[in-house]
Amino acid sequence: MAIFPPEKRIWWKEPLHGFELVWIGICLVWAIVMFGTMIVWHVIGEQNLSNTAYRIDPDVFAARTEAMVTQYTVREEGDTGIPVVHPPAGSDVYLQASLWQWYPILELEKDKEYRLHLSSIDWQHGFSLQPTNINVQVHPGYEMVITLKPNKAGEFGIVCNEFCGIGHHNMLGRIYVVE
Amino acid sequence: MADATLFRTCPDTGLPVHLPAQRLIKANAVAGVLALALGGLQGLMVALTRWPDLQLLPAEAFYTMLTGHGLNVLLFWIIFFEVAILYFASAILLKSRLAAPNLAWVGFVLMAVGALTTNYAVFQGDSSVMFTSYVPMRASPLFYLGIILFAVGALIGCFIFFATLVIAKDEKTYEGSIPLVTFGALTAAIIAVFTIASGAIILIPTLLWSLDLIPEIDPLLYKVIWWAMGHSSQQINVSAHVAVWYCIAAMVLGAKPLSEKVSRMAFLMYILFLQIASAHHLLVEPGISSNWKIFNTSYALYLAVVGSMIHGLSVPGAVEAAQRRRGFTRGAFEWLRKAPWGNPAFAGMFTSLVYFGFLGGISGVVMGAEQLNLIMHNTLYVPGHFHATVVAGTTLAFMAITYLVVPLIWRREIMFPTLAKWQPYIFGLGAAGISLFMMGAGTLGVSRRHWDINFTDAALSFSYPDTAFLMMALNGLSGLLAAIGGVMFVVIVVSSILFGKKRGDDAAETNPVIGVGGGQAVASYGSEGTLKLPGTMILVGVFFIAFFLYYWVNWKYLSEVWPLS
Ligand code: HEM
Ligand SMILES: [Cu+2]
Repeated sequence: MAIFPPEKRIWWKEPLHGFELVWIGICLVWAIVMFGTMIVWHVIGEQNLSNTAYRIDPDVFAARTEAMVTQYTVREEGDTGIPVVHPPAGSDVYLQASLWQWYPILELEKDKEYRLHLSSIDWQHGFSLQPTNINVQVHPGYEMVITLKPNKAGEFGIVCNEFCGIGHHNMLGRIYVVE
Repeated sequence: MADATLFRTCPDTGLPVHLPAQRLIKANAVAGVLALALGGLQGLMVALTRWPDLQLLPAEAFYTMLTGHGLNVLLFWIIFFEVAILYFASAILLKSRLAAPNLAWVGFVLMAVGALTTNYAVFQGDSSVMFTSYVPMRASPLFYLGIILFAVGALIGCFIFFATLVIAKDEKTYEGSIPLVTFGALTAAIIAVFTIASGAIILIPTLLWSLDLIPEIDPLLYKVIWWAMGHSSQQINVSAHVAVWYCIAAMVLGAKPLSEKVSRMAFLMYILFLQIASAHHLLVEPGISSNWKIFNTSYALYLAVVGSMIHGLSVPGAVEAAQRRRGFTRGAFEWLRKAPWGNPAFAGMFTSLVYFGFLGGISGVVMGAEQLNLIMHNTLYVPGHFHATVVAGTTLAFMAITYLVVPLIWRREIMFPTLAKWQPYIFGLGAAGISLFMMGAGTLGVSRRHWDINFTDAALSFSYPDTAFLMMALNGLSGLLAAIGGVMFVVIVVSSILFGKKRGDDAAETNPVIGVGGGQAVASYGSEGTLKLPGTMILVGVFFIAFFLYYWVNWKYLSEVWPLS
């Protein structure tokens, strides 16, 4: 038996053990590395989401999309009646999400940059470009402008990956990338 | 002062048990298990529908079922159980009476009525909006009303907990600092208040909007505030299940934390650094700047992650130290090999720890990096991640502690002990399977909340890679395994409660559920003395290497997608 009973200690006055201290140090350094990586990627990385977005009236957005379609439609997709639009490289391109369609079909040129304007005219939708795997949220009333450079030719699907009601799984669009 | 006739003395732990608290713990735990039974079944239906060769349910039923699944398991099961934990960690562990039991019953009834109301709305079929209910998609007013009632009930539970802490301090039922498990529960309760406040700020206007009393709710604003609730509520779960890990380690092995200071600091970090961690749910939204995203995901998310990584050392460390004290000192891992793997409470606790850290923790941080989120947002990677955290982690931990709660609080022996021995492994394996395979499918781009990845009725066509279909089949099989584990759990618990052999006063000797010194360890303050823990060092080393490698692999994946800015 000790002569004095053990004192009831208060937790924040306890000593720190070296072993735990080392681990905490490693964790903190790792947290800083991960923090720094995001910033560094903004400088050296090629995949950074755009910070350009505007509030927009859905009717205005629909009108701009329609204007692009009228100007640059090159054909219709099979018997679906959906226009395929081939805007000039470097131009402003509109993609409109609605229940349950991505409109129109875009035809882009490989390794050329485009300013892609994304918005919805009704509910939220999810722009999921496959198989390259780029996923961006699409809101009604907000227009996001992404500068995009397709680096592979081929046929790409745009899946809607934000649940948008009963026709959600039929909401499938397309982007052609040509040489 | 407390009325002595309202207490019994627990023959297993020696703790005085306040009977009104005991009744409330039972009621909340049972309600939780019922929600889990319903929600788990819905999860199975969902998983079997997403198995492309089976596609069990038609589209409309699928979306309804998925909405119900998210609500019943994520909200109702987890939060009912957490209220039971709050009452246990305050009244029982502090040897106190519970504050205002009648009010606590009001809270319980509100929660029950709320859960039933929302389920009713969902089963009507006009509220298939998913548990996130993003505007402008609209559910019936009852849907929002039910959730609000449930939240008010849960808030009452939190205040009962705080009031009980005050009473215990006033009546000097304990000396010095509160026990660590209670401290963890306190963390959870504080975060819960913040969570519920955010929920009220967004759901009350949404209810009014669904009644046409408010013309419009901005969809982006909705998400920012909704996730202040949605993310913080996950931090409640983490705090609660970490407290449960410490609790089980203490009760079964007499384990004490390596250092009370470190473990408590780690809990505090959850409170300090979570507020705007909701940012990592908003990484690919328009109109939110990169600066905001980076600042809020890193300072808030990473420091909370550091908290979890600290627990990731101190929980296995506490187990190792306790085992070494008990004489398992050979090599680096005798303590682990000779751990009580046949005890479902311990087995569930330790597997929950491993799955949560390796699967849930790592994937969550990776997904929360601003740019990496581009290749994961709203793919199945997201549900893959949170089935590791909240199913293989939280749910498994809560199941594990139930194996202690039934004998101690209900005073019944666990029926079907052999089945119980296997249950954590089967459920854990199933849960880990759905996590991994959904993450796999998500990496291949497969969308979450999607009825038909063949796009049979779409005007255009697109095919995911074949591997994705394999992943979805394996996900279905794992879902089946998890469901079997879930059914085993419900059957064992319900039959033990109803028909289990009454646990006599001598059971503490003949069939102990509490390890030597367990009752003392869980209800008092104190750190472990010696700290020679080679096994734990190896474990955290392996964890760190896995984390490190997987993190950079994902930047590699990102660097291959179309350049964008
Ligand atoms: C038998 C066990 C379970 C199985 C088989 C299962 C399976 C699934 C599947 C396949 C999805 C659908 C993913 C999608 O299509 O987007 C899902 C969603 C979900 N699960 Fe589970 N799950 C189980 C248990 C749980 C538990 C215990 C929890 C929570 C504690 C949980 C929480 C969720 C949530 C929050 C969602 C998201 C719902 C949404 O997207 O709105 N699950 N689950
Ligand atoms: Cu959609």
